Amino acid sequence: MNTIIDYIANNQLMIYLVILMIFVGIELIEKVPSVLHTPLMSGANAIHGVVIIGAIIIMGEAENMYATILGFIAVVLGTLNVVGGFVVTDRMLEMFKKKKK
Amino acid sequence: MNFLQIIYLIASLTFVIGIKMLGKPESARRGNLIAAFGMTIAIFGTIFLYEGIKTSNYIWIFGGLIVGTVIGTLMAKKVKMTGMPQMVSFFNGMGGACAGIISLVEFDHILHTGPFTDADPVKLGIIFLGLVIGSISFAGSMIAFGKLVEKIKDKVLPLQQVVNIGLLLLILGIAAAATLGYITTPNVLFLILALSLLYGVLFVMPIGGADMPVVISLLNSFTGVAAAMGGFLYDNKVMLFGGILVGSAGTLLTVVMCKAMNRSLTNVLIGNFGGGSKDAGEGKAITGSIKEISKSDAAVLMKYSKKVVIVPGYGLAVAQAQHICHELEQVLEDEGVEVKYAIHPVAGRMPGHMNVLLAESNVSYDKLIEMDDINPEFKTTDVVLIVGANDVVNPAAKNDPSSPIYGMPILDVEDAAHTIVMKRSMKAGYAGIENELFFSPKNSMLFGDAKKTLTELVSELKSL
Repeated sequence: MNTIIDYIANNQLMIYLVILMIFVGIELIEKVPSVLHTPLMSGANAIHGVVIIGAIIIMGEAENMYATILGFIAVVLGTLNVVGGFVVTDRMLEMFKKKKK
Repeated sequence: MNFLQIIYLIASLTFVIGIKMLGKPESARRGNLIAAFGMTIAIFGTIFLYEGIKTSNYIWIFGGLIVGTVIGTLMAKKVKMTGMPQMVSFFNGMGGACAGIISLVEFDHILHTGPFTDADPVKLGIIFLGLVIGSISFAGSMIAFGKLVEKIKDKVLPLQQVVNIGLLLLILGIAAAATLGYITTPNVLFLILALSLLYGVLFVMPIGGADMPVVISLLNSFTGVAAAMGGFLYDNKVMLFGGILVGSAGTLLTVVMCKAMNRSLTNVLIGNFGGGSKDAGEGKAITGSIKEISKSDAAVLMKYSKKVVIVPGYGLAVAQAQHICHELEQVLEDEGVEVKYAIHPVAGRMPGHMNVLLAESNVSYDKLIEMDDINPEFKTTDVVLIVGANDVVNPAAKNDPSSPIYGMPILDVEDAAHTIVMKRSMKAGYAGIENELFFSPKNSMLFGDAKKTLTELVSELKSL
């Protein structure tokens, strides 16, 4: 129990950041027209691809076979998430160009 | 190292600005590019500036990046617009798997320094949570993907909800016990992995295909939280920031999507709407007769109308008929007929999906009218042409409380003078229920493949 309290005390800024981010996320999505729900979901999907940073770290620090193989797979999958996510979103939004009557 | 923190700060900002801009049609595309830019600098910043990355591993990192980029770009470029929802689900699953693998490797690091029970319990807890959420997201997304490509059928096991909740509690219980040192075998990690994957499968399995967008959105926010766990693990602000942002925005988006379909999230997760529940409320039996209309009669009817509203549904997308539909609209406009499209919030497979499909075939953005704006207009409409849509025009949603879709907002097409339903057969729609609109005296049926029938309609119109 003490370790958890210590952790919170030592990482106050992180905790504050998390709480504020939750509200920012909610604030950003409210009042979005339903037309944009799909691209928005897809864009958010690409952004959580930031998990690739973790994959790069484990890959970069890898010292044994186990970490190297898993790290490599993680980098590939993370990249798929990031690149695929952004490209798909862009393709969807390409369709929303304003057209003359 | 300090410079890296500044890069992370900029990247985090681009994520917030990107999501904000994605919420408006005019700025959405730029918003996506801004977030992509932020992601790129965060990735390369980490590779070159993060302490502890061995240059000998660069080859693996860049190899992985190249492989992922090539496959990801090809998949994203090749997918048809109708297949967008499953593509999003697939990429989401990849992110979840990535988060799960990070936990596996970090746990292994701990084992190299001694028994894991000696490790910092907070760190252990984060590793376990990342593994649980990432695995659920991965397995769930893959099942959702399978359902959207119609390779996996809805399946409800007996006592499914009880089993699911029990399993989830069991997973969390084991993770908590291992974190607090009550379980000492390192193999507990693989037990948690296996159970989480199983839970992900069981979680999505009973949910109907029509509800997949909501499920994908929910799993999307799960992956966000899993990414945030990585942020805690490495004290990495950009992972924490991006992860939590998607976690909370994704959760709210899920709720907003449910609202657009007039359903609650619990209802979606437990209700088994649209399949698997064939014996639950079938709705009233409908009696009456249907009448068919010939293509030439339909063409004449539309040509001498003042106003025609087209209601596109998933059937139109499946038949790839959006281009010919646009041609029909132009032919009618040339005759002086006012043509509009009525877009139901869940037309297609996802909110906004139909808009994307029609925009792809050059239908002007301002002709696409959302449900609340078009509904009052049906009274002054001469002909409503319903192409491959069914549940979204079913009056049972308004006047039959025993119907499974009761309460869902629909397009009030029965207010118009005539309705023409273009359909392949009398088969029920996604929700698996009869549509009394087909039996209305004002309605005529035009059977056939949407693309073929529309093409013939266009040539009839041209020859008139």
